[in-house]
Amino acid sequence: MEIKENIRYAESHEWVSLEGDIATVGITDYAQHALGDIVYVDMPEVGDEVTAGEEFGAVESVKAASDLYSPVSGEVVEINEALEDEPGLINQDAFANWIMKVKVSDAAELDALLDAEAYRNICEE
Amino acid sequence: MKYYDKLIFELSRPGRVGYELPENNYAVEGMKDIPSDLLRRNSPELPEVSELDVVRHYTNLSNKNFGVDTGFYPLGSCTMKYNPKINEEVAAMPQFAALHPMQDAGSAQGALELYWNLQHALSELAGFEEFTLNPFAGAHGELTGLMVMRSYHMARGDHKRTKVIVPDSAHGTNPASAMVSGLEVVEVKSRPNGSIDIEDLKPLLSDEIAGIMMTNPNTLGMFETEILEIARLVHEAGGLLYYDGANFNPLLGKVRPGDMGFDIMHINLHKTFSTPHGGGGPGSGPVGVAKHLVEFLPNPRIRKDENGRFYVDSSDSSLGRVSTFFGNFGVMMKAYAYILSLGKDGIRNVGPMATLNANYIKESLKDSYLLPIEGACKHEFVFDGLKDKSTGVTTLNVAKRLLDYGFHAPTIYFPLLFHESMMIEPTETESKETLDEFIDVMHTVAKEAAETPDTVKNAPITTLVRKLDETTAAKNPILNYRALRENMN
Amino acid sequence: MANKYIPHTEEDVAAMLERIGVGAIDDLYSDIPEEVIFRGEYDIPAAMSEIELRRHFEDLAAKNKNLKIFAGGGAYDHYSPSVVAHLLARSEFYTAYTPYQPEISQGTLQYIFEYQSMICELTGMEASNASMYDGATATAEAMMMMVASAKKKNRVLLSSTISSHVEDVVKTYAKFHGVDLTVVPEKDGATDLEAIAGELQAGDVAGVIVACPNKYGIIEDFSGLADKVHAAKALLAINCDPSALAVLRTPAEWGADIACGDGQSLGMPLQFGGPYLGFIACAKATLRKMPGRVVGATKDADGKRAFVLTLQAREQHIRREKATSNICSNQSLMALYATIYVALMGTKGLEEVNALSCDGAHYLCGKLIATGKFRMAFDRPFLKEFTLRTDLDVKKLNEYLESKGYMGGIDMGDGLVSFAVTEKRTKEEIDEFVALICEA
Repeated sequence: MEIKENIRYAESHEWVSLEGDIATVGITDYAQHALGDIVYVDMPEVGDEVTAGEEFGAVESVKAASDLYSPVSGEVVEINEALEDEPGLINQDAFANWIMKVKVSDAAELDALLDAEAYRNICEE
Repeated sequence: MKYYDKLIFELSRPGRVGYELPENNYAVEGMKDIPSDLLRRNSPELPEVSELDVVRHYTNLSNKNFGVDTGFYPLGSCTMKYNPKINEEVAAMPQFAALHPMQDAGSAQGALELYWNLQHALSELAGFEEFTLNPFAGAHGELTGLMVMRSYHMARGDHKRTKVIVPDSAHGTNPASAMVSGLEVVEVKSRPNGSIDIEDLKPLLSDEIAGIMMTNPNTLGMFETEILEIARLVHEAGGLLYYDGANFNPLLGKVRPGDMGFDIMHINLHKTFSTPHGGGGPGSGPVGVAKHLVEFLPNPRIRKDENGRFYVDSSDSSLGRVSTFFGNFGVMMKAYAYILSLGKDGIRNVGPMATLNANYIKESLKDSYLLPIEGACKHEFVFDGLKDKSTGVTTLNVAKRLLDYGFHAPTIYFPLLFHESMMIEPTETESKETLDEFIDVMHTVAKEAAETPDTVKNAPITTLVRKLDETTAAKNPILNYRALRENMN
Repeated sequence: MANKYIPHTEEDVAAMLERIGVGAIDDLYSDIPEEVIFRGEYDIPAAMSEIELRRHFEDLAAKNKNLKIFAGGGAYDHYSPSVVAHLLARSEFYTAYTPYQPEISQGTLQYIFEYQSMICELTGMEASNASMYDGATATAEAMMMMVASAKKKNRVLLSSTISSHVEDVVKTYAKFHGVDLTVVPEKDGATDLEAIAGELQAGDVAGVIVACPNKYGIIEDFSGLADKVHAAKALLAINCDPSALAVLRTPAEWGADIACGDGQSLGMPLQFGGPYLGFIACAKATLRKMPGRVVGATKDADGKRAFVLTLQAREQHIRREKATSNICSNQSLMALYATIYVALMGTKGLEEVNALSCDGAHYLCGKLIATGKFRMAFDRPFLKEFTLRTDLDVKKLNEYLESKGYMGGIDMGDGLVSFAVTEKRTKEEIDEFVALICEA
């Protein structure tokens, strides 16, 4: 299981990395493993407002579905359209295949999230 | 026998027909009065086949199916009992089959009487004031029952009650029905034996709670022994109790949900009352209510006047209409025939014999399969997979291996309380010999798991088709013949 | 103890109790509080033998009156080929459970796939589910589907020309589910498209539901409607009759996102209102919000073509309270009914059924107007069902017709009465029917 250093994590197994005021959000390698073959990603639309801690979509495998919770608040500026045709990309590389980019309204929200080590502890529990 | 894998569309030959209609002698061309803008532009591409083509094709398809008439279904929470043939015969009687639902009540007295008699019998057997037979299925019954619950509170001006308590072990339909009916779900945790912990329940009870949904026996087949106390607490807090009749079979003839303090329940006629599952439906989900809730039952209601005449009634206090007409009437006819065949005494054996069968299997297999909850179960029980966890053989493997031996699989991975749930329900219509055969096969599979685990892991091997690629099916859905044809090219 | 449905002999019971380690069956109920054990007598009849049961049903049947039907109202007396009932009686179909074990359920899965294909052909839509309860609940589900797709909007417009029973069911679902439902008034027997355009202006509409043929039997013209609905970022659902879709412009051709309705018109017995067949079909874009089971094609481990329930992660057994719908079954056997019926009839047979019904309806309509007792309620095109205006006492008229073995038109109130003619009616029956009306 891979955990990338220097990015932030939510307890609900999303990762987020910030560049300027744009946050890139995806699900972790741990989450894709737990779900198995991902067959569908329910993504928000560009222009949607997302709120930290609230649902913004879902990922589905054949016999399970998992809601996605946004780690940050702000406006969705881009979604990863490649996932529409090939949701399995997340299984190949969960960190490279992000789900959405958000123009964050409050960068300080990231401070409340887990760092790599804290997230590793959660996964090992 | 040859493997048959054609689709009806693939038998099509231009110009072939499978019907004949009377000649058109009206000398009127009605279709010409319809502006061409309102007519179809491209014809549908439907099969062109002969009558014999159709008969052979669907007969061949039927041979690719397993049913109760083929063999035993140990399918937990589904109550796969025998579907009596006389029920099919009477339900097809032309005097009912040709009856229009909007005929005047005077010309449909037989149908209305049947509806009324069945609702009365269900009321007797379940301990309620009146049943509506309009809901089409169990989930539809749940939804209707929750609408009754909400209507009751709304009629009292009690608009704060927008939440319903559902055990975390409940069937998925419970929370989904709550959502559709506009109620918010509050989960109450189950104890290890699947029952509700009263101490966990108490803090959830408030003036925002519309009621609680329960099954009893619960999803592990165990009776909620504290039901009377639960009923007292919920009622004291102003809520109502909903009984999910999915597990009613073991109580039939023994205990009436209405007597346990429940205010509303639904019955699955396709479980407890022997009507066929039909490969997924049509079922029927009658809803019974206590006296103080009768006025909220859906429209239309069938009632009997003082002269013994039956009539169709509608009222403003009703929650409204949930079906176009009177529900799945043909299904009701079969359930009614079943009740009459068993009669008021015979029906008392249903629950006890179903319970006897379940306990017999449980006690016979607990040496090889992990029984997490000891004690007498009711109609069903749950194993947490094989006892020997070292083989790597999962519940799914065991289920698929059973198919090789000519049995249907049990319900698997439900309830979610255990990792390897295997839920077994035999029903009262199975003989000791059938159960013994099933027990032997389950022991054989356990032995195979220990000695030649790959045999079990590769199952099924004798079925017409083997393990299916469900991932590709979900990633790239091919849902009709047109898409299939395009995909092949 | 044993009866024909419970096989346990006394020896069986004794042996089984011994294995379990209890002395009596009652011991298996010892955990149940004594006060809830039912000791009384049920007020239901004693057991009937098959001879007695048949007699009882014949007695009940004798209290029904089978009529020559000239009414529709959502239940049509179409011809049902003999083959359908014969094949439906195969117990490998009707005693099967939901096809959750695909390896031993290919029969069910394959006919559902064929059913979905036929519904797609008839409606023109890209995807159909495995069927719903009935037309009214399918329409209510379409409403919930539109609200779920819109995410933040929960207002739906419903044309008042939809059948009143369907309207009632949709209203019930809307009331409890929290959908803000606006019933849009009609104009001359058809949906007031300008009124819909007006309502769409507010920008808060998730979807629009219209019907064709509508409750008067009128074939509505939805020109321009889909564009207006889509411009308002809303979805369009059309409640339709799959039998009539062999000849009428399809929901897809009107630009609809969802097609829904009742499949009873595909030759199903009237059976006092059920079981019938709800159907719902949609464009690919809304597939993920479509309720109910869906069957897809795939391959097995040996590469054989096979069918399986798919897209299950949308459904209640996985999504629980986050599913779009609580539906947990389909009217599978009725879907098989429709499949066999459509296979036998084909496009040509359905076109003939529609032509016979339509010509019969126009013949009846002309004769009724010629009596001078009726006039057209609306000057609009119709297929097999039509609505007339009359000053006659419809209730009294229908009582008279019933006494002569006929079911007259449906009393819609305000002097409106709707008639339907199917291919089962003959010219002679129509002539007699009209003659009876004249002498009533």
